[in-house]
Amino acid sequence: MSTYDRRRFLQLLGSSGMLMASMSPLSAFAMSGSPSARVIVVGGGFGGATCAKYLNMFDPSLSITLIEPSKRFKTCPFSNAVLSGFQNIESISHGYQAHEKRGINVVHDKVTQIDATAKTVVLSGGEKLSYDKLVLSPGIDFKWDLVEGMQASDANTIPHAWQGGPQTTLLRNQLVSMRNGGTIIVAPPGNPFRCPPGPYERVSLIAHYLKQHKPKSKILILDAKSKFSKQPLFMQGWEKLYPGMVEWVAADKGGRIDEIDVKNKILHTESGSKHKADVINFIPPQKAGAIAHTAGLTNSDGWCPVDQRTFESKMHADIHIIGDASIAGKMPKSGFAANSQGKVCAAAIVSAVHGKTMPEPSYVNTCYSLVSPDYGISVAAVYRYSKDKGIYKVKGSGGVSPKVADKVFRQQEARYAKGWYDSITSDSFG
Amino acid sequence: MYIKRTVGLLLFGSCLSVSSMSSAVEISQSTMLANSCAACHGTHGKSPGAIPAINGKSASFIVQSMNDFTSGKRPSTVMGRHASGYSDKEIQLIADFFSKQ
Repeated sequence: MSTYDRRRFLQLLGSSGMLMASMSPLSAFAMSGSPSARVIVVGGGFGGATCAKYLNMFDPSLSITLIEPSKRFKTCPFSNAVLSGFQNIESISHGYQAHEKRGINVVHDKVTQIDATAKTVVLSGGEKLSYDKLVLSPGIDFKWDLVEGMQASDANTIPHAWQGGPQTTLLRNQLVSMRNGGTIIVAPPGNPFRCPPGPYERVSLIAHYLKQHKPKSKILILDAKSKFSKQPLFMQGWEKLYPGMVEWVAADKGGRIDEIDVKNKILHTESGSKHKADVINFIPPQKAGAIAHTAGLTNSDGWCPVDQRTFESKMHADIHIIGDASIAGKMPKSGFAANSQGKVCAAAIVSAVHGKTMPEPSYVNTCYSLVSPDYGISVAAVYRYSKDKGIYKVKGSGGVSPKVADKVFRQQEARYAKGWYDSITSDSFG
Repeated sequence: MYIKRTVGLLLFGSCLSVSSMSSAVEISQSTMLANSCAACHGTHGKSPGAIPAINGKSASFIVQSMNDFTSGKRPSTVMGRHASGYSDKEIQLIADFFSKQ
């Protein structure tokens, strides 16, 4: 057995407390005692990584397996800074050493099947793992069938860059090789989708790059919506920092895209106009990550209905879905929300395993956006749960940054945006 | 042989004794509330970056700060929008949690 094979064999064994125990009973006892339950967490983004960590903090006797294909996860937050060129891809990459150190069994693989009755998951090589509780944090997938003229593989030509990693690098390279005086089209999807202010932060930070390196260029936003998150604040920022560079076309003014000519880089809108661009960033309509569909956990809109108090699926018992894939009441689909949900879900699972009543859930979200590296804006809210309303916003809390604010205020929010990134990545991956 | 059997019984027992093992684990309301601060202030309030750390601050200081953020007496970027989401009782629970970290 090679070192790799042996390590992997042990990893897989480790995810089954019984097997491990039957091989070497005394050492297994000495190492961890008997696990109070076996929990498998699928997906190592903000939701899954946080949930696994907090499960372990709440109850170190749990046997926890975190399954995530990437060895180093690339975040969507701050990927726009990579597109803009003031951060590199390494700065948004995070490993799982801290999880391993906690005794969480990290398996770098993909789950291909879930059997909700037998309570097993199957990995890409066919290995089967058993669970008492399963947490899915599968993120998003795309509804390519709704896009005329484009399919998944065309993302190699027209990147969405809505999942961090190679897509981010591809779009960055296209921006770098574009001529001065070129046109970039950013085409955001309709609601709901991952990170509501994200496309507009992207426009801002691409404009920041263009202003320095290709000032004759333009950005056209062809939007599937007629309003967007923090709209007055973004528009104020664009006018102040990038006058004349950004044009936004709302859905009801002919912004909605009808068809994409990938080869010629032409977008056709519903209203019949055609737009040719040097670089196109088409962000497709979205649905829950693929495994949620395979496992029969989604509704007809493609998202996962859950009990918003515990995040347990309404389709199958003992499966919890958190993050972008879940339907979480008033909470937006964001890394911050996924982190918050990961903690609530961990508390629900640990309480259930030990026959306790879980504490009243409390959830929170803040979405920072950079209009430039030293110009930040935010939207925030505190959330609670009620049986009638599901997850609702606490009245009187939250809101957006003030429209009237001086330079120092915006600088401070930009500083806190970076501080937030340092904190949430250490809270999730550290 | 005798030893082997004992181990087997122990193992079997360990799979069934979930409830007896587990009675110690209970998550408090204080922990639930305070955990939502960690995404910005770091796990247990230990911020690694530009956002102020709040671990080990006195409970009275945290309560006062939260009240002043809500009223606007203490200017803030985002804290006024967060502090206003919690009742006096909840703020006390949050303050108790971080004062002990």
